[in-house]
Amino acid sequence: MESYEVKEHDVLVIGAGGAGLRAAIEASAQGVSVGLVCKSLLGKAHTVMAEGGMAASLSNADPRDNWEVHFRDTIRGGKHINNWQMVEIFCQEAADRVSELEEWGALFDRTKEGLIAQRNFGGHRYPRLAHVGDRTGLELIRTLQNYGIHQGFEVYMECCVVELIKEKDQVCGAFGFWRESGQFIVFKAKSVVLATGGLGKVYRVTSNSWEGTGDGHALAYRAGAELVDMEFVQFHPTGMVWPPSVQGILVTEGVRGEGGILKNSDGKRFMFEYIPDAFAAETSDSEEEASRWLKGDPEARRPPELLTRDVVAKAIRSERIAGRGSPHGGAFLDIASQRDAEYIKKKLPSMYHQFMKLGNLDITSTPMEVGPTCHYVMGGVRVEPETAMTTVKGLFAAGEVAGGLHGANRLGGNSLTDLLVFGARAGFHSAKYSKEIAEALNPSEDLLKKMERFSLEPFDPERTENPYSVMADLQETMEINAGIVRTKDEMEKGLELLQDLKNRGEKVRVEGNRQYNPAWHYALDLKNLLCVAEAITLAALNREESRGGHTREDFPESSEYFQNVNSFISDKEGSMFIENREREPMPEHLEKLL
Amino acid sequence: MAEAQFKVFRGEGAKGELFEFPVEVTEGMVVLDAVQQIQSRHANDLAVRWNCRAGKCGSCSAEVNGKPRLMCMTRMDELSLDVPVLIEPMRGFPHMKDLVTDVSRNYEINKKIRPLTPKPRETDGTYRMQQEDIERIQEFHKCIECFLCQNVCHVIRDHSVKEFAGPRFLIRIASLAMHPLDTLNRLKELKDVFGLGYCNITKCCTEVCPENIKITDNGIIPLKERVAGAFYDPLAWLWKNLTSNSKKIPEKNK
Repeated sequence: MESYEVKEHDVLVIGAGGAGLRAAIEASAQGVSVGLVCKSLLGKAHTVMAEGGMAASLSNADPRDNWEVHFRDTIRGGKHINNWQMVEIFCQEAADRVSELEEWGALFDRTKEGLIAQRNFGGHRYPRLAHVGDRTGLELIRTLQNYGIHQGFEVYMECCVVELIKEKDQVCGAFGFWRESGQFIVFKAKSVVLATGGLGKVYRVTSNSWEGTGDGHALAYRAGAELVDMEFVQFHPTGMVWPPSVQGILVTEGVRGEGGILKNSDGKRFMFEYIPDAFAAETSDSEEEASRWLKGDPEARRPPELLTRDVVAKAIRSERIAGRGSPHGGAFLDIASQRDAEYIKKKLPSMYHQFMKLGNLDITSTPMEVGPTCHYVMGGVRVEPETAMTTVKGLFAAGEVAGGLHGANRLGGNSLTDLLVFGARAGFHSAKYSKEIAEALNPSEDLLKKMERFSLEPFDPERTENPYSVMADLQETMEINAGIVRTKDEMEKGLELLQDLKNRGEKVRVEGNRQYNPAWHYALDLKNLLCVAEAITLAALNREESRGGHTREDFPESSEYFQNVNSFISDKEGSMFIENREREPMPEHLEKLL
Repeated sequence: MAEAQFKVFRGEGAKGELFEFPVEVTEGMVVLDAVQQIQSRHANDLAVRWNCRAGKCGSCSAEVNGKPRLMCMTRMDELSLDVPVLIEPMRGFPHMKDLVTDVSRNYEINKKIRPLTPKPRETDGTYRMQQEDIERIQEFHKCIECFLCQNVCHVIRDHSVKEFAGPRFLIRIASLAMHPLDTLNRLKELKDVFGLGYCNITKCCTEVCPENIKITDNGIIPLKERVAGAFYDPLAWLWKNLTSNSKKIPEKNK
């Protein structure tokens, strides 16, 4: 056995995007020792890609807004299966968490009165998203980073966690390695916060970076925690579709928030045909009304392009299947006909730059081609709403890795605020939990040996599979068998194929040495991806209805039974076990907000 | 399908050589795609940093045909494919492996910058700032920390200068010094700790900035003006006249 570097902290935070940084800041403020581990360099996490803004009912743009309307919008957008306790906490605390960023240096765009400006976004009844042009995520992460580095926590950059360490039913650390040297590192901790983000890399077309491999989901699952609502994956309606090399890269919903419209190959503004009954009362039913809304008429209803993401993604797909798609299989997103060039460049500078540079296309004069791309997972590790603690002692989770808040479909802008609200809560409660523990349990030597062996298996020269090929095949399998529209037959086939892929995953062979070897990192990520792929497919097969981000061709309607239940996945003697459990009914004071 | 040749620097700790790889070229491809294709087909363990693929995270900085660029934002059709495309790590940082360099010094410098120290909120609990007063700083906040400016800065490359923060961190300090809420006077440390005076405005940093931040004109020169003014430099008068074209900034720190 190698000798390991050992680091000890009261709280170990895994992941340094918005949620991880916010958790580390809050835990440090409670006076405990905190370590923050991230796979990339600090400040490069996927949060940096968030564009449109963060939702909070500051009511700077429309005095009619308040946390109760935000609650209503979030539950309706989540198609009524959200964990309502989380939504209540979230909507009540969102504004404070956003304002606090200003004290730490964030500079949001301003209203004429000098307050934080707010923009329209899908599913939000009033303009609600605090934003900085279309680079809000960058502002968020940089603000937390530059504030955080003075709060006394230690940052472990380019350090990967392979497994959580658990002794006597309690999480007490993590086993990982430095990417640069390939040397192992053992973290001893009284509590661990997972803030590892999403799992978009399980699909071929995705807006996620290499980091989105479902690490936290899989680490938690293997440590015995429960996952909730794993069938709900968000396919963002507007990813780039052309050229092929950029397929999947996000086009912010802010384009539609600023007035962009969707058209098919006949030039028709098709979203008017796809307005669900539940949203008809508050959606424009004519181009004339939508155009009045854009000009600021408070009586006009919102244009249908601002329906929730699940609705818009499916509409674009339907248009394509009906033969009315754009040349490369998407739809046309047109802001050029709605706003002047200067306004577009001011409000959507990085979209302008992105299309100009990568697509040779000027969005101030030409419509963009867009189509659905895997963007986010609503499902995740089940947590206590108040404390962000998982079902395993000493293990907390916040941000995208945690499930429940967003229900069946996340509203745009609710993610960044989620990171702040529940990042702060996870940081606070993990610190509190750690203070009550005298000393972190020591990992047994046997366990560490096992983890070392597991980590080094891919270097075995007897092995044959290329990790890049297995990952690509996994992504293709998920795209086909558990993608945006699902059927029983395809998913059953998918589960079989996942078994083959698992077998291949165990034969993955890595060449070269341990120093900064991406093939090795991919080989280890693959195990996590295979775990979440199975969870998604199993949960999607279980939910025999269509709701939000989960669409079944064989069960196109929503069902009353499934509206009242959430699905929970856990490990039962080495196999993935799923069950549906009824949600606690919403109390009257919240029910009446809907 | 067109094919291109790539020459990629491979090795550890500055010891290495160029290896040639074939790349299958598809429409709209960027250099990062090519490097990843090489990685998946020919050199599984090729070390390279990347994250967002859209010019937003600043991870994939490298030298493409000798020019410092973000690989994800460099289209293949901008390059001549008649000769092999040369991909090397940033030269301004200690080499680690293949295309990965040690950029940790940047994080150490950043830590020395005192954080924003804001004035109290208004009586209604808000902060009021006008858009036109924050626009310049919002420009600086566009920085994605690709460190290309640090890479090309010849003051940094001249290793005899130890106390120079470099363009990325000078504009970060500028973003604090010009921040409407900040209450600190940062001029003395700019002069003594961060070595503002060493910059002789060759604008190499501005030229490579993928976010088109006017690092020198809008950040460094105004800071130099303030420092000159604050410390009664006898050259202040001359300096102001030489740089009279530079934009005016809030007078907070004077």
